[in-house]
Amino acid sequence: MSAFSALLIRDMRLAVRAGGGALMGALFFLIVVTMMPFAIGPDLALLARIGPAILWLGALLASLLALDRLFATDHDDGSLDLLMMGPMQLELSVAAKAIAHWLTTCLPLVVIAPVLGLMLNVELHTMGWLALTLLAGTPALTFIGLVGAALSVALRRGGLLLAILVLPLTVPVLIFGVAAANAAIVGPAPFGPPFTILCALSLASLVLGPIAAAATLRHGLE
Amino acid sequence: MQLKADGLACNRGGREVFRDLSFALAAGEAMVVTGRNGAGKSSLLRMIAGLIRNAAGRLQLAGGAPDTAIAEQAHYLGHQDALKPSLSVGENLRFWTEFLGARGDIESALNAVELAPLIDLPAAYLSAGQRRRLSIARLIAVPRAIWLLDEPTSALDAPSQKRLADLMRAHLTGGGMIIAAAHGPIGLERARELKLGPA
Repeated sequence: MSAFSALLIRDMRLAVRAGGGALMGALFFLIVVTMMPFAIGPDLALLARIGPAILWLGALLASLLALDRLFATDHDDGSLDLLMMGPMQLELSVAAKAIAHWLTTCLPLVVIAPVLGLMLNVELHTMGWLALTLLAGTPALTFIGLVGAALSVALRRGGLLLAILVLPLTVPVLIFGVAAANAAIVGPAPFGPPFTILCALSLASLVLGPIAAAATLRHGLE
Repeated sequence: MQLKADGLACNRGGREVFRDLSFALAAGEAMVVTGRNGAGKSSLLRMIAGLIRNAAGRLQLAGGAPDTAIAEQAHYLGHQDALKPSLSVGENLRFWTEFLGARGDIESALNAVELAPLIDLPAAYLSAGQRRRLSIARLIAVPRAIWLLDEPTSALDAPSQKRLADLMRAHLTGGGMIIAAAHGPIGLERARELKLGPA
């Protein structure tokens, strides 16, 4: 088995074992979305109109929730030293960890989003589109957050710093994600352009995120 | 194969830890780095492992795989054990073996450190000495020429220390090199000593 898949499988295994954060994100997402109708009130038209935005915001916060421990646990127990000494480029190791995080934290969000949409009066037949925008956009969140996780690696309570660093960078993803979802659900703007830009954001961060995070880690260990 | 250091210097946090450090270590030789707390023993090992940058000087490995960094031909056994408590003993070792690119035999490596009966136990239940032995098993499972050991005998009981000394001797006989930072004897008779000056 290659080093890449070994690391990917280890991180996924850790996420679903006791103490891992796999379900935390999905539960947080559930809570946030459930609280919204209580705060806004039973105005179904209003809920349907802002539903996509709430789902996207919830997914954004939930995906960042477990991200601060992505490198911090490996740093604390010395694994990060060995990851850097491995035969694989650090960029690839970082990417493997990010993919494992996306599969265990973000993919469940995409899966439960249609169910949560029911609470926000988003029509059932449009939920597929909304899930599609989340599927295309959440990799960008993970791979942008990767840089923040690398920056806050040696800090106790780095989670807050991570959110402050990363959330402003995710604004474009949020804008085009919600725009694409609204275009699909409410119209009248076409779905294509914002969705394409969303995909482009994901692809670009997929390439740039690991490079930036690996450089950050190397610098930070000095 | 020879590891050669020439005029190494180390700065940590703006403070000079050591400078002008030179040594040469041939295959089959062991070197014990001694010195007071803060003299730079751990920093030297981490520098050879490529984990901190040297402020000056050169580190060379002659006769090894030429395109491979020293870090990729070295094992670093630090103060931390690099184990995940929620994975079992076998899973922890198997991961590092696969990640470090070896097809190592996990059972025999665990046998070498007398942990084979615990292969399915989560690492969370290991004692400090057992955790140490499990990370030593990594050095056995993945063959690499240079062993960088930072106080390898800490937390080990007397029989385990003897076992470690046997493993180190076998590694040296096979043409490996060992650089260990230690305060006390590590059980190698013919190890050279490198004394780092007072900080």
